[in-house]
Amino acid sequence: MLVSERKSMEEIKSFLVGESKVFLLGCDGCAAASGTGGEQDILELKQQLEKEGIQVVGSKVIEFLCQKALVRRGLKPYASALRQADSILVSTCGIGVQATATVVDMPVHPACNTISLGGIRGEWQGEERCLECGQCYLDITGGICPLTACTKQLVNGPCGGAKDGRCEFEPDARPCGWQLIYERLKSLDRLDVLRQAPSLLKDYAQMQPPKRIRSTSKWAVDIETKEEIATT
Amino acid sequence: MKLTDSFASGKFVVTSEVGPPKGTDTSEMLGNAELLKPRVDAVNVTDQQSSVMRLGSLVSSVLLKQRGVEPIYQVTCRDRNRIALQSDLLSAWAAGIENVLCLTGDYVSLGDFPQAKPVFDLDSVSLLVSAMKLNNGLDLADNKLQGVPDFCLGAVVTPAADPLEPQLVKMEKKVRAGASFIQTQGIFDAERFAAFVNQAKDFGVPIIAGIILLKSAGMARFMNENVAGVHVPDPLIQAMAKAEDRVQKSIEIAARLINEVKDLCQGVHIMPIGWERHVPAVLDAAGL
Repeated sequence: MLVSERKSMEEIKSFLVGESKVFLLGCDGCAAASGTGGEQDILELKQQLEKEGIQVVGSKVIEFLCQKALVRRGLKPYASALRQADSILVSTCGIGVQATATVVDMPVHPACNTISLGGIRGEWQGEERCLECGQCYLDITGGICPLTACTKQLVNGPCGGAKDGRCEFEPDARPCGWQLIYERLKSLDRLDVLRQAPSLLKDYAQMQPPKRIRSTSKWAVDIETKEEIATT
Repeated sequence: MKLTDSFASGKFVVTSEVGPPKGTDTSEMLGNAELLKPRVDAVNVTDQQSSVMRLGSLVSSVLLKQRGVEPIYQVTCRDRNRIALQSDLLSAWAAGIENVLCLTGDYVSLGDFPQAKPVFDLDSVSLLVSAMKLNNGLDLADNKLQGVPDFCLGAVVTPAADPLEPQLVKMEKKVRAGASFIQTQGIFDAERFAAFVNQAKDFGVPIIAGIILLKSAGMARFMNENVAGVHVPDPLIQAMAKAEDRVQKSIEIAARLINEVKDLCQGVHIMPIGWERHVPAVLDAAGL
C-alpha cells in the first residue's frame, strides 16, 4: 500500500496555469483506500476544480494505476475526451502518475503527495519507483521522478557527469535520469516549465512517516484488528 | 580579492588550480600555488576531486590565502549536508576566503570510497541559493546571522555536453541563484565553444573557458572514454602522438586554443593536472 494525500488546490491550480481543460484520473487501489483516487474522491475533485473555473472534460477511475496495461486499456474508450484535454490530473501515488505519463503523449500532473510509510512498498511490476517523499515534483519533471531516476537524487537539473546519456555510476545499466526528463519535457514542449521552476530545496523531514499516519490502519492494518479484538 | 573585481577592471582573467594532497604534506601543493601566483588572478582548490579522499579544500584555501595566493574555494554537495555546508561557508569567510565555486560533485563510486553514503542534500543550485542567503544575512531556515559574509560565487557548466540544452537550463538556474561567474569544463573545440557562448551570453555573467593541458595521446583517449563532457578531437590526439616534444606540443595546443576563444569569453582557467610548472610557458605562448 502506498498512502497518498491530496495536494492543496493552490498547488494543483499552479500546475494548470495556461490550461483550460483537464481529464481526471483516479485509482481504485491504494489511492481509493487513501481517500484520494476513488470514485467519490474524483467526483469531489471534479466539483472543486469546476468551482475554480477549470473545465473537466472527462474522468475515469482505473483499478491499479501502477499497472500500465490497465492504464492503457482503461483510457482507450476515452480517446476523444483526452484529445480535448490539455492535460491529465492524476490523483494517486507517485507510481501511478509516472505509469500514466509513460503511456500517454500529453502532460500529466500529480494531484497528490505520496506519504512515507517508512519503507513499506506496494507491489509493482513496472520500472517506476516512488520514494514517498511527500513533495511530489512530477509536474515539472514530465512524470519522471528525479529522486528515483537520478542516482544523485538531484531536483534542480542534471549534473555534468552523464556521458552519452548514461549515468556516471554504472553507465551500462543506468540512463541519466535528467536526460530522460529532458527528452520527455522536450517532446511535450514543456521545457519552459522546468526552466522557470524556482530552485527547489528538498524537505527531507517529509521523508519520515508522519505522526498522524502512525496511529491509523494506513500504517498497519492490524492496528484496527487489535482494537476490534479488544472490544469483542 | 573577489574575482568579480578582476572582471570589473576589464582585464582578461586567468585562473588555474591546485589539488590538495592525500596526506598532510602540503609542500607540493603550496609550491605549485607559489609558481602560479605571479601569473594568475586566482587559483581553484579542488574539493575531494573525483571523490578521492584528500586534505580538505577549506584548509588548503586558507593556506593559499596566507601565502598571498587568491583562492577559489571549491565546495561540492557529495560529502556534507546543508548544516555542514553552511557552517563551512561561514568558516571560510571568517578565515578570509572570498571566492567560492559551487558544484554538485562527482558520485562516490568514482573515488576510493565507493561504499560511502552519498549526501547530495543540496545540489549546485541550492548550494548557490544557500550561499547567497548567507550573503544576505540569513541561513537557509531564515535565521539571522551574527556577522555576514560577502562571497563572490561561481558555478560550472559543460559546453561540450550533448545535448547542451539541459546544461543551459541548469546554468540559467545557477545564475538566477547567484552565480556571478562561470568556469567551464575543459574545452578543445573552439567552434563548439563559440556555439555555447552564443546561447549562454544572455545570462549576462562572465565565462571563463576551461583549458586542460594535454600530457599525451593516451591521456586524451582516456578522457574521451571516461570523462563526461570532455572531447578531444582526433587531430589533436594525432598531433600529441606524433610530437617529439610532448611538452612543447601541449603548450602550443593550449596557447592556440586560448587565442581562438579569447574574444568569446572573459577569461581562461588552466587545468594543469600535474603540469603546473608549464603553466607560465602556456601563458607566455598565448601572450597573456
